[in-house]
Amino acid sequence: MNKYTRWVRSGRAALGLVAVAALALTGCTGANSSSGDNEGEGTETINILLMKQAGYSESDVAEMIAQFEAANPKITVKPTFVSYEALHDKIVTSAPAGTYDVVHLDVIWPAEFASKGLITDVTDQFPAEWETDMLGGALSSAEYQGKYYGVPWGPSTKLFFYNADMVAKVGATPDDLKTWDGVLAVAKKIKDAGLVKYPLAWSWSQAEALICDYAQMLGAFGGSFTDASGKLTVNDGPGVEALTWMKKTIDDGLTDPASLTLLEDGTVKSMAAGNTAMEINWESTFRDLSDPSISTIVGKAAVAPTPAGPTGDHPGVNGSMALAIGAKSTHQAAAWKFIEYVTSEAVQEQFVTSSMTNWKASYTKPEITKTNPEVFAAAGPAYDSMILRPAVANYNPVSQILQVEIQNALLGRKTPQQAMDDAVAAANALG
Amino acid sequence: MKRNTRYAVLVHTGAAIVSMVILAPFAWMVIASVSPQRMLISTPLRWFPDHLYLDRYAQIFSTELGSVGSGFRAAVVNSIVVAVGTVAVAMVVGVLGAYAFARLRFRFRRSVLALFLVTYMLPQVALLIPLYLILNSLGLLDTRVGLILVDCALVIPFVLWILSNYFLTIPVELEDAARIDGTSRLGALFWVILPAARPGIFAAIMFAFLLAWDEFMYALIFTSSSAAKTLTVVISEFAGRYTTDFGLVAAGGILAALPPIIVAVAFQRYVVSGMAAGGVKG
Amino acid sequence: MTVASAKSSDATPRTGERWPRRKRKSQERLAFWLLLPAAVAVFGVIIYPVIRTLIISFLNVNSALATDTPFVGLSNYTHLLTNPSFWSPMGRTLYFTIVSTALELGFGLIVAGLLNARLKARWLFRAVVVIPWAVPTIVSAAMWKGILNAQYGALNALLTQIGVIHEYQVWLGDPMTALNMVILADVWKMTPLVAFFLLAGLNSIPSELYEAAKIDRASWPRIFRSIVLPMLVPSISIVLVLRTIEAFKVFDIIYLMTRGGPVNGTQTIAYYAYVTAFSDQNFGLGSALSVFIVLVILMLTTVYLRLLRRSEMSLL
Repeated sequence: MNKYTRWVRSGRAALGLVAVAALALTGCTGANSSSGDNEGEGTETINILLMKQAGYSESDVAEMIAQFEAANPKITVKPTFVSYEALHDKIVTSAPAGTYDVVHLDVIWPAEFASKGLITDVTDQFPAEWETDMLGGALSSAEYQGKYYGVPWGPSTKLFFYNADMVAKVGATPDDLKTWDGVLAVAKKIKDAGLVKYPLAWSWSQAEALICDYAQMLGAFGGSFTDASGKLTVNDGPGVEALTWMKKTIDDGLTDPASLTLLEDGTVKSMAAGNTAMEINWESTFRDLSDPSISTIVGKAAVAPTPAGPTGDHPGVNGSMALAIGAKSTHQAAAWKFIEYVTSEAVQEQFVTSSMTNWKASYTKPEITKTNPEVFAAAGPAYDSMILRPAVANYNPVSQILQVEIQNALLGRKTPQQAMDDAVAAANALG
Repeated sequence: MKRNTRYAVLVHTGAAIVSMVILAPFAWMVIASVSPQRMLISTPLRWFPDHLYLDRYAQIFSTELGSVGSGFRAAVVNSIVVAVGTVAVAMVVGVLGAYAFARLRFRFRRSVLALFLVTYMLPQVALLIPLYLILNSLGLLDTRVGLILVDCALVIPFVLWILSNYFLTIPVELEDAARIDGTSRLGALFWVILPAARPGIFAAIMFAFLLAWDEFMYALIFTSSSAAKTLTVVISEFAGRYTTDFGLVAAGGILAALPPIIVAVAFQRYVVSGMAAGGVKG
Repeated sequence: MTVASAKSSDATPRTGERWPRRKRKSQERLAFWLLLPAAVAVFGVIIYPVIRTLIISFLNVNSALATDTPFVGLSNYTHLLTNPSFWSPMGRTLYFTIVSTALELGFGLIVAGLLNARLKARWLFRAVVVIPWAVPTIVSAAMWKGILNAQYGALNALLTQIGVIHEYQVWLGDPMTALNMVILADVWKMTPLVAFFLLAGLNSIPSELYEAAKIDRASWPRIFRSIVLPMLVPSISIVLVLRTIEAFKVFDIIYLMTRGGPVNGTQTIAYYAYVTAFSDQNFGLGSALSVFIVLVILMLTTVYLRLLRRSEMSLL
């Protein structure tokens, strides 16, 4: 009896102490809150979460923030940069707490985030004229089921980059690179001439980058990820042909087998070091290849729209990005102001060496296009036809299944048809 | 006589070989950090640079805003604060608790210790979002205090285990002698046990420091700015962002590894005795 | 510290028997207050997360902001057990655990033996051995990733220059090889720790036993088998427990070196839990996975300890 009550009492005392401790902690650390609270008279701080690889660089963003804060003295902006690979998970972990007011979205995420309520529906604030003034391909990066959940911030697709020097050395011309067959022929010449061991490099690591590359090849063969009813069709005709083509370039010794461990960063590095002759990559690659501190082939790099496949199609993978407002943000109005500002035509046009603009008008203004003529020339037409990855809420698990099966085929562990059949079966089983 | 020299030669060669194998990867990292970029990507690889390329270290120590350096230096401070803070709290709390386990009899003694050790079995991913919410409600996200709080929860069970095992091996007679002279239990703890337990204490400090310095996942998710980002997060960003230059990653990595290496080398002779009397004997 | 005196402190502290029974209550109270700070610091922080994870594992939660979370009983758990994409990471983790622990014990024994030997500048050797353990996991992972680079890596360069291979290999490009490389990185970092634990055990072997063996003219293998190994059982069992727990939780190395690829070849169970929860936003399943991991670890640990009960570990 006595022992028991003593035990119960000490248990209660312990709980009491824990509670007091927790309260005390809240009390003395509440003042040091670092999330965006109202400070001072009428000033707000908004926290933004951005990617820091391709596209706008950290200094670009710092510029934009400085300009925005000058025009809006009551709002302070605190940026956080993470790698693309960490971006999705960071948005998810921080969602319940509403840590970030503005988040950077990839075109494949509106379906997932919107359906799970992580980002705010901004359709009401989305001006109608934006739908006509902005590039169609860019708009899809912020849209889900007819509603807008953000604002596009930089259309993006993979362009074809090549070492003009090496191509000229084997007597080829840029015209020869207009089709994939032509590309392979030139690659073979480059390999035979001993200029590089593996003329082609790709980002075929087990990551979203692999699906981007695959998407572009799928488009070149005239295929698409889903049919009109939303069913996965990658195990039909073009889907398997694209994969077979990819595998063959490895077997023929034209593609660097290291591609299976590379991301876009790695292929740029390889080309910048002169070890790769040709690759497909995002627009900002041109900026990197022309940077003497990174590249040994400054002035020799050239960019063109992605080559066409046997059907004559050459859609680029839609890798556009957007900015969205966190659903639990307590600064929705300020966040919208910021987004409106940095996605505007005037601001975007200042940074075209890093990223193309969403606005159709920009492509017709000579003073803008001449700041990055090669990329504008290649990208302009590319944005007219883009291939989309499936806009489904469970895109991530589907993508992972596809990544694994595509790699299975590339490693020769399964035939392309078998791999795609297994992928579709597994994806459908997800339900 | 012959046997002795043969033994000596065997042992010394063995030690030399093991040392080389252990150091080789690390040595390569050191060399890479001072080799110019074009050498690192040459094939066939040239092992030694023709001249020492110290630009990367200069970059890391540079004071330009927004450069590689400012974020890195802030992270060094953060890592030190978090590690030292965690060690301090864990040791104070651990010494008290270890004394209880080693010297006092109470019900559920074994179960309580087992419960502490079970927390060590929890995978970090399991606690990620709930912990994120707790830290957020306490306003401790992106703060060093928040990280210290979380790291302590990881480190304390270990410290308790090491210290209580070591305290057990200190003869009770020492304490009894002091108690007979009128010292209280806690007094005996401070004036008798702690001095006698120096090896165990240093071993625990070393474990705690290394664990706190090494922590990655919580630092990655719970911090976002240089107010609290630790070196482990910065290095992972280096590796992701500067894949174009392994030398830079190597330079950062070496600097990030220096403090724990120094601590480890300084304390290593206590580790063995700190553990010998501890968790391995009955 | 002889074996004899330490052994008698068996499972209970020796003070207990000396003091009269009524003093025990005051001991309990003192123990309570002494342990309270530790309890608050540890359980205070993790009790809410643990309970929440447990609860979520019985619900269907597929958004970080889910408002509708229906109770689904054990279906998350059954989904795991009947799903091949659960057993693959499980199998890989077992392979990783067994191989890395075996290698670490083997190499650790050799290193411990050397550390125990009469060496000139023994402190220098010890300082060298401690380095991999002190290097943070992330730094070690970045270092190995660079060494194993398919196009410029030091390993490729070394092996081709000494003629072992003729072409640069894509070490992280094949699932099995990548997993073995991750094991290599882990073994490099953890062997020193294992060596120190074993060294502590070696130190506890009284020299009288060695002398007695020498008098009997016993051979070294014999000495190893009959004296060293049995006396090392406590240390080995601790290493087994610690390394198993760590292997099942392994995450940092994989995050940096391979992200689970290629073809999920390095996706261990903890990484799989992370992907399920954060990439797929399937928190119910992710939580069930975490609970499962803990149960597996508990089970394995209990098995070890039961098998080695006769080694009389001090408190457990």
